[in-house]
Parts: sequence; C-alpha cells; structure tokens
Amino acid sequence: MNDQVKTSVPWQRHWMAVVLIGVVLLAVPFVAALGGQAWVRIANFAILYVFLALGLNIVVGYAGLLDLGYVAFYAVGAYVYALLASPHFGLHLPFWVILPVGAGIACIFGMLLGAPTLKLRGDYLAIVTLGFGEIIRIFLNNLNAPINVTNGAQGITLIDPIRIGDFSFADTTTVLGVAISGPQKYYFLLVALAIMVIIVNIRLQNSRVGRAWQAIREDEVAAKACGINTRNIKLLAFAMGASFGGIAGGVFSAMQGFVSPESFSLMESITILAMVVLGGMGHIPGVILGAILLTALPEVLRYGIEPLQQAVFGRMIIDPESLRMLIFGLSMVLVMRFRPAGLWPSPQRRRELAESAN
Amino acid sequence: MLEVTGLRVSYGGIQAVRGITFHVNEGEMVALIGANGAGKSSTLRALARLLEPAGGSVRYRGKELVSLPPYRLVGEGIALVPEGRGVFPRMSSLENLRMGAYARNDKAEIERDLEHVLGHFPRLKERAQQTAGTLSGGEQQMLAIGRALMSKPRLMLLDEPSMGLAPIMVQKIFEVIRTVSLEGMTILLVEQNAKLALEVSQRGYVMESGEITVTDESKKLLADPKVRAAYLGE
Repeated sequence: MNDQVKTSVPWQRHWMAVVLIGVVLLAVPFVAALGGQAWVRIANFAILYVFLALGLNIVVGYAGLLDLGYVAFYAVGAYVYALLASPHFGLHLPFWVILPVGAGIACIFGMLLGAPTLKLRGDYLAIVTLGFGEIIRIFLNNLNAPINVTNGAQGITLIDPIRIGDFSFADTTTVLGVAISGPQKYYFLLVALAIMVIIVNIRLQNSRVGRAWQAIREDEVAAKACGINTRNIKLLAFAMGASFGGIAGGVFSAMQGFVSPESFSLMESITILAMVVLGGMGHIPGVILGAILLTALPEVLRYGIEPLQQAVFGRMIIDPESLRMLIFGLSMVLVMRFRPAGLWPSPQRRRELAESAN
Repeated sequence: MLEVTGLRVSYGGIQAVRGITFHVNEGEMVALIGANGAGKSSTLRALARLLEPAGGSVRYRGKELVSLPPYRLVGEGIALVPEGRGVFPRMSSLENLRMGAYARNDKAEIERDLEHVLGHFPRLKERAQQTAGTLSGGEQQMLAIGRALMSKPRLMLLDEPSMGLAPIMVQKIFEVIRTVSLEGMTILLVEQNAKLALEVSQRGYVMESGEITVTDESKKLLADPKVRAAYLGE
C-alpha cells in the first residue's frame, strides 16, 4: 500500500515539476524586463554561472580535484570567440564554428594543466591551478607586443553577436506581437546550454566514468588496485570541465561584445568555486542554486541597499558598495557554519556528515 | 607463477629493498614476514606497481610486470588488498564490492561472484547498504579482501591484513584467507604477525633490513629457534 503511493506519486510530481520549471523559465526574462533590461542581463549571468559552476562541478565535485584556475578556460573560450569574430583580425566566423573550436582549445588547455599536475592533490593542486589561472590572465594582458594578439589590457571590442543567417541575437525581434529583446534571446540560448550541461552532469553521475571519479576521489591507491586508469580518468575530468568553460566563455564574449583580461581575475575563479561548494558539491540542484544565489544576491543588494537605507534612516549612512560585499561575505560564513555540506547537499553527503559528527 | 629476481627499491638514497629474490608457485600461499621497516610493504608496493623499483625483474606467468602501469595488473589477474584497508569510505559495502569488478564486463558472472563473496562474509551482507567508512576496522578489511576477490584474480597480494585489528577480528580474517586459499587462490601475504602468517601459509620468507635472510616451509620456520626468538616472542 505504502509502496504503491511511493511509486505513483513521484511520476506525476515529476511532470508537474518539469512543467512548473518550464513555465518559470519562460516567464523569467519577461518578468525581469519589467524592471529594465539590466535585470534580464542579471538573469543571463545567473544562467551563465549555472553553466560554469556545473562545468567546474565535474572537476571539483565529481573528480575531487580542487581547481582554483577554472576561469582560465572561460577566458580561453572568450578570447577564441573574440579573436575569430571581431574587427581585431577582421575575421567574422559564424558562432557554430567558433564555439566548438573554443571548446576544443579550452579542452587542450585543460589537459595542459592536468598532465603535469596528475600527482598533486588537495591544496598543492589548488596552488598550481591558481597559478595557471593567473598565467593565462597575465598572458592575455601582455600579448599585445611584439605581435598584437590580444590587444592587451584594452581588450577586444565590437565582437560579433551570435547570428543565424539574418537572425541576430543583438536586436529586438517581434514574434506574434511580443517584442523579444537581445538579452532575452541570449537568455533562451543560455537556458538551452544550461539544460545541456545539466543532462551531461546527470549522465556522468551514474556512469562508469562517474564511479571511477568517485573512487579516485576517495582512495587513489585503491582505485588503481581496482583497475582504474587514474591518469586518463583525471585528465578526462579536466578536459570536460575545461570544454564547458570554453563554451561559456564564447557565449560571454558574444553577449557582451567586449572582453578584457579584467573579467578573468582570480576572484572570478573563487566565485565559481564558491557556487559549487556553497550550493552542495557534486549535487546538481545544489550547484544550480548556489550559482543563482551568488549571482543574484550581490545584484539584489546593489539595488536594494540604497532604498532600504533611505527608508530606514532617511539618508545614506554606509556606502552601498562596501556594505554589499560585507553582507555577501557574512552570508557565506553563515552558510558554512550552519550548513557545512552546502545549502542543498546530496542526501548521501548529508548522511555522511551526520555520521561523522556522531 | 610469480618470480621476483633481484628486486631493489630505494627512497631517495636509502635502499629499502636490497635485491631480493623469491617466487610464489601456483595455488600456494607464501608469507613474507619481518619486523617493521624490513622492506616487506615496499616489496609488495613494487609488485603492485605503486612505486617504481630501482632494479630487478618481476615475472608473472612469464610476463614482465615492471613495465606495466598499475591499473593493468587487474586485467592480468593480480589483485592487491592495500595496507590500511583502503576501502572507498563514502560508497556502500555493495558499491565497494562492485568497484572491485570495475575492469570486468561479464554482468551475470559478476552477480554470481558477488553472491559468492558475500557468502564468505555474512557480516558484509548484513551491512550491504551501509557506507564503508562507518564499518568497523575488521569489516573494512573484509570488504577490502572481498573487493579484491571481485576482480576474479589468480594472485592476491595481501598487505598486512591484521594491522590495527582486535585479536578476535584477526582470527576471523585469517579464517577467510585460509578458505580463499583452499579454493585454489595463489596468495602472497605480507604480515607482521609472523605466527599467524606462518600458520596459514605453506612457505615463508623472512625479511630483515631489505634482504631475505631465511626461507623455508612455514612449518619448519615455526619450529626454527632463531625465527621463534626473533619473531614469535620467545
């Protein structure tokens, strides 16, 4: 009796949930647009970070490799797009050529980072990856002489938007009487990409490779003894994570129309890692939640603090910018204090923490 | 089945294993005993390809192992039970056992072997869904042996299976090792507990400061006054 209830309810709930999420996803860009296109852009970045965080989740959450230089692959993807679709070199290749190329080049960089660091773990790996991220950024900053490749700190401007034939993602199109703006179009593209990376994450989780990653994460010697080719499996994690970073970078480039090394600082890597850890490492819904919260929270604070102070005190007491980071930092500390496994950890992870606490 | 000739292992400039030669015949259980730091574990780690030997040759069924990467050993039919158990702490007992069969793809036979292994360890059957990290030390050791069995090996390398276990658990573990051996498995057992190791094995090698000093049938080693004095606490 009980069993029947258990098996029949989730099926209907499942579809209800899918429909509900679909409706919400459809409504978001139009609701956000009521507050101005800036909010649509914020929603876009939230989804872009979902994509990035889930890419990093493969490396950190599944394979257990602490990567502090993830933004390097994002940067590689962004610059590949920028260089191949801007007046800088006079190249204007279509996006469906550049995005795979960007993913491929990022993937090669991923393996370049992975190969020499195979024997490193934990904090040692973190230091090397951190250095790698900085190297890429510094290269982008200085590769304007003797041959001007990246245009240095000025960055690359006038990058082509994503275009399919005459349909450009930069302009407003009217469909059935509804005006859809550029950012709104990117929103739907990003949602499609995010769904793709979610599917990849789900498939990986329960795959043979997924189990091998888990084994390596927990005991590398035992993993080898089980016949796992630890070298290739670890490289695969780096390569896959990096490819997703590369794709995200390409879309970022197209959406912004401008890239500069400034966008790819260490802080960016740490933010993406914080999304994974704060949300719940290795747990897909948790990582998604972490990415959305960490993108939205600073923006909400940015727009919310000033009116709030005006209402409470009648004037501005504290500069919103500094208060914003303070609240942001404080909330992170609180989450780690009261929910050490993340905001929405996998049931397994929660159980383990409970067990180890006893 | 396994022939080790002139095996040397060094850490930096220090030689832990100084050119030892021994062999294990098909179907027998051989014990490698010695005090802490005699080089037993280094020998086993070199055999399991977890560290690069400084010299010598390891031939298994006529094939040189020294050039093989560690993950290929399972395919050759060699299973290692690592020192300190080395189970996957966040996987359940059952998942751990299935990881042992990672390199295999004969589903029906894996299920059969799973039943067989759980038959050896009724304790694990009771705790099939429990995460391995929460098992007791003895249960984890059973799980590590069970996982090694799941790869369907011909040769098992056991590294200090009694380490850190309560005496009653040690007895149980050794009963299982004996049963597995009686089923025809070839076993190389590295053990500090010389008495137990010599009681279950057919032949023994005694290691001292990186060299093999005595070798004989286990029964005779157990009776040897010198071995008794040095390793059996008499």
